[in-house]
Amino acid sequence: MKFRTRSIHVGNQRDLQTGAVVPPLYATSTFVQPAAGEFGEFDYSRTGNPTRKNLETTIASLESGTGALAFASGMAATHGAMMLLRSGDHVIAGTDIYGGTYRLLHKVCDQSGVTVSLADTTAIASLEKSLQPATKMIWLESPGNPLLSITDIQKCCQWAKSKNLLVAVDNTLATPVLTRPLELGADIVQHSATKYLGGHSDALGGLLVVRDSELLQRLHFLQNATGAVMSPWDAFLISRGIKTLELRMRQHCQNAAILAEFLDQHPRVQRVYYPGLDTHPQRSVAGQQMQGGFGGMLSFEVKGGFSQAKQVVDSTELFQLAVSLGAVESLIEHPASMSHASYDREDRLKYGINDSLIRLSVGIENIEDQQHDLSQALNR
Amino acid sequence: MTNEQTPTPPGFSTTSIHAGEQREKPSHSITDPIVCASTYTFRDTQSVIDYIEQKQDRGEYGRYGNPNEWVVEKKIAALEQGEEAVVYSSGMASMVGLLMTLLNSGDEIIFFDECYHRSREFCNSHLARFGVRTRQVKTGDYAAMEAAINEKTKLLVSESPTNPHMSIVDLDRFATIGKRHGIPTLIDATLATPFNVRPLNHGVDLVMHSATKYMGGHNDLLAGAIVGSKNLLEPIRNLRGIMGAINSPHNLYLLERGLKTFELRMQRHNENGLAVARFLENHPRVEKVLYPGLESHPYHEIATETMSGFGGLVTFYVKDADWKETAAVVDATKIARIAPSLGGSETLIEQPLVMSYFQCTPEQRQSFGITDNMIRIACGLENTSDLVTDLDQALSSSSVTPSVSESAIK
Repeated sequence: MKFRTRSIHVGNQRDLQTGAVVPPLYATSTFVQPAAGEFGEFDYSRTGNPTRKNLETTIASLESGTGALAFASGMAATHGAMMLLRSGDHVIAGTDIYGGTYRLLHKVCDQSGVTVSLADTTAIASLEKSLQPATKMIWLESPGNPLLSITDIQKCCQWAKSKNLLVAVDNTLATPVLTRPLELGADIVQHSATKYLGGHSDALGGLLVVRDSELLQRLHFLQNATGAVMSPWDAFLISRGIKTLELRMRQHCQNAAILAEFLDQHPRVQRVYYPGLDTHPQRSVAGQQMQGGFGGMLSFEVKGGFSQAKQVVDSTELFQLAVSLGAVESLIEHPASMSHASYDREDRLKYGINDSLIRLSVGIENIEDQQHDLSQALNR
Repeated sequence: MTNEQTPTPPGFSTTSIHAGEQREKPSHSITDPIVCASTYTFRDTQSVIDYIEQKQDRGEYGRYGNPNEWVVEKKIAALEQGEEAVVYSSGMASMVGLLMTLLNSGDEIIFFDECYHRSREFCNSHLARFGVRTRQVKTGDYAAMEAAINEKTKLLVSESPTNPHMSIVDLDRFATIGKRHGIPTLIDATLATPFNVRPLNHGVDLVMHSATKYMGGHNDLLAGAIVGSKNLLEPIRNLRGIMGAINSPHNLYLLERGLKTFELRMQRHNENGLAVARFLENHPRVEKVLYPGLESHPYHEIATETMSGFGGLVTFYVKDADWKETAAVVDATKIARIAPSLGGSETLIEQPLVMSYFQCTPEQRQSFGITDNMIRIACGLENTSDLVTDLDQALSSSSVTPSVSESAIK
């Protein structure tokens, strides 16, 4: 079965009891067991829940993994993966990553004695330089956030294998419609399912998908022991969202590509970051690694500084000012003060997140309406 | 959109995502909250009086409406380019609510005869009990419809496309008959959706939808809607408040959510429907295909003139097959699931004879145009090639042995 057919059917078997075409939503904390010492497939919803399992089955298929685990949020999933590490271990993380991941690594994982170095994952030389004897894992995003840098995942994985490192890829921005990191050699795929997978800004969730079943068991042990599981209600909504994932992603990509070109030509815009633009430094890697589109996210710098950027984000009427991304409606935000405010200021500037940067999550509204809105906001 | 600089109305997806929603919502959430309230509180007696005197537009009691319903009603009205919409707990609830409002004892209505069998049943078995007579004329016979009109006639009704024959009504002609005689017209446009055709723009007075189908789009809710002018809908809304067929806030939220991907889904349903119809038309085991997008369809011309696409529903006849051999084709599909309904992400397949007309006599079935070898497939959103491959293997593998045993079919 092809991608879209799997997104609708895999993990969504008809209900055997009633024939319901959509699997029922199991809002239950516990499950009645056959006898003392005997366990059914499910015993307690922290350990496993049928609605959550359906979603895990779907995403495992779409990401070409052997299994998946659904968490309460994207950050809970990232933390779930970080709990594989022990005191003394070292992580190399990308410089173009979500602010929350930066904060987790620098201000939470450090308390357990895990250290982190940030490196430009688009350059192997940069990874080499950050490598330590204690390095156990690489964490990267492609496209990065908010600068949309593209890491050559396959190349990165080949290098990491030679050093015996785990590679975890936050695939939130690409989604399995465009890129499937496990096929390129990654060990773990992480998603904030809150974004494109759910797609309607109405559910929070995180996912980890892996190839290796032992790794899956280890992660499941950690998830069950620490408890940050996805609610069945959110799992239901995210499963429902995944049924239109491919349709939505194609439209997000199409609209974002047009807006990227438009902004690139605009006299008030200093620079546009979009993997589909010829000026993007990793344009050719993006072309090979991303199938059929370059995603729905783009960032741009306006000429001037914070006040000019603020003027634009405050002036849009269709694009709404909010963090998060990946949903049907278009959002606009100012990374330095919003999504990436949890970076230390020096690091933010060092990694190119300056005060004139604006990030767009291009929704699936009519492209003319989107372009008109940006145009009027920039021309004010 | 509120943007005064926009000269043109917003595009279809912009409307389906944003219309009817407040720009700034309670708690500033990006999505509408699900308001699970059976009743709505008043600050003081004066505000109750203001509400009764219609100085305040607000909720009173859950049976009269709820905030989730208001958003959906505004969205559907905007998509149909109608003044207002009234949403119900199911498509049939909206049909019944409308007929019970507009008709009095002694009145008559005229139906084009290809119609949803439960609509027909309600008219023949229940409206008749209240002294309302239903006249049925052959679908597409406008002269017969006009000839059936008398001073008692209060409503002209048709589906377009019809189910399962996929006949297309000339909406201008249909609306003109109503206008000439001063009789309101109703089109059940469930199979078309406002993405493919907007009957109000052709002069039709009322449009009905089973929003369970394409509007909800995920086979996970029931809903109905009627769209039309404020004047026509006011008594309909009032009776709904008395009869109580209101939808639940949870369901309405799912419907609102479904509408946000309406255009993308309809584009795909249209594509899949046409591709499957073309494939079936060229298959040696298929006698005939009914799909308005095919050149062979009797209403192809009017369909292409008035519709921008033809949806996901395709009806076909298996060549030289009895009902059991036809059932074997249905049973051999692997992606399509056997179920009534249509318009969701999952492809559904059914044999009308079995699913909807099993209890009828052969004569009744013949009069409704339901043959033993008829299959209806409601194409979902899956990859086109998977649907075609599935039907191909089902038609090939099922040719030998029937899959059903002896049965009490009439």
